[in-house]
Amino acid sequence: MDVLHWDGTLSAKDFRVGAFAFSQKWESLNSGFPPWVWVLSSKHPWLASPEEEGYLSLEKICISRPNEEDIDQISQIDTGEEEIGCPGNEDVIDDATLVQSSHHELHYCDFHIVYSSTFRVPVLYFRSYCSDGRPLPLDEIEKDLPACSSKELSKSKWTFITQEEHPYLKRPWFKLHPCGTAEWIKLLFLSDTAKPKFEVVLELYLLSWFSVVGQMFGLRTPFKISN
Amino acid sequence: MEAQKFVWEGAIPLQIHLHESQVTALPPPPPALILAPRIGYLPLLAPLIKPYFSSTLPPGVDTIWFDYNGLPLKWYIPTGVLFDLLCPEPERPWNITVHFRGFPGNVLIPCEGEDCVKWSFINSLKEAAYIMNGNCKNVMNMSQSDQLELWNSIMNGNLEAYQRVSSKHKLSTVDDEYTSLCLPKAQQSLGETNLTAQVKTGKVPVRLYVLSIREDFDDLDEMPLVDSWRDLLHKSTI
Repeated sequence: MDVLHWDGTLSAKDFRVGAFAFSQKWESLNSGFPPWVWVLSSKHPWLASPEEEGYLSLEKICISRPNEEDIDQISQIDTGEEEIGCPGNEDVIDDATLVQSSHHELHYCDFHIVYSSTFRVPVLYFRSYCSDGRPLPLDEIEKDLPACSSKELSKSKWTFITQEEHPYLKRPWFKLHPCGTAEWIKLLFLSDTAKPKFEVVLELYLLSWFSVVGQMFGLRTPFKISN
Repeated sequence: MEAQKFVWEGAIPLQIHLHESQVTALPPPPPALILAPRIGYLPLLAPLIKPYFSSTLPPGVDTIWFDYNGLPLKWYIPTGVLFDLLCPEPERPWNITVHFRGFPGNVLIPCEGEDCVKWSFINSLKEAAYIMNGNCKNVMNMSQSDQLELWNSIMNGNLEAYQRVSSKHKLSTVDDEYTSLCLPKAQQSLGETNLTAQVKTGKVPVRLYVLSIREDFDDLDEMPLVDSWRDLLHKSTI
């Protein structure tokens, strides 16, 4: 397949190959994150599926950032060396500790990378919840996202993130709308002057894709492209 | 064109019962009888339904949802499709239950009102556009007023307005490249010597819903009740 004439999409089989390559590369990056797990699942278990179907899963990732107000308040009250988030320190004024613990609840996120047979690209599904399992609505999730993502969201809220039924779990999850994916992924690869072969593109597809979409959640993917 | 007009004018008679947990005054209110357009969505009927039951509802915030025989109904599936899927032996009127409280958020995607339904529709439209053209540009580039006009045409069942906006944005039938190949075959099989009208075939994007039934039955009215959405799958194609 000639990369120049490629439309940026993947077949279901390509997705599986790419998914395995991605999860291997992810582990080798040693980024401090747990590994991506391939979950074997079928959308229609009553049909004998000739191919293995499934999706990639990365769960219980802590995405909450300390509330900025709290940081200001704490730094105003603390005059010196006390670190933020040091509950055992006797010198920290009780008010500051209380303020932090009541606002700074830990939020977690589950990410699933699912193949869309309509758009022929990977789609990022996610859900966010508190440490007690309570699901978070979109406006609360937004507060955990980096500032630039919130700006994108406020510009085009519904075209960017939508709430839909998870294709395998059949429950409401959020997803990043995939309609522009093929185009920007193609640009990403074509801008590489080395014009790689399709096999290489496939190996790097999901890593490159996630390095872009993961940034929405402040997840930076450190990687070096080795040609 | 005829088929499209037929579908657009179709309606399902509904007999809507208020769920017993929401009845605060006895005797319980009689069910509401509403004719719902096939090309429509159940939550859009809220302004018609609420007046029937508003006096008996418990206090609080209303988020409307429906169930059929205990199965919460997915509000983003058009009414006609829901009916055809769950009631193949048509029940007239279709008896469904309305709730204004206790939205099952772990099963159904939240629906806060007309806007939610509209965006779900626009997203489906994007999917259809993608299948037809390989991209969603025509939908993304639609002006706000066109989007609104398209949505209003669905809400009001106005086929002409819908066709006006959709053809402007290339959302009508996709020309089939096999039209010219079909024509000679049609002439042979029909045995007609004078086919002056061009037989034009076209393609439309479809979303196919398949419900699997695991038990045998002889008649449609013996079909076991659908008690979960687990057995429903859908796929979009052209």
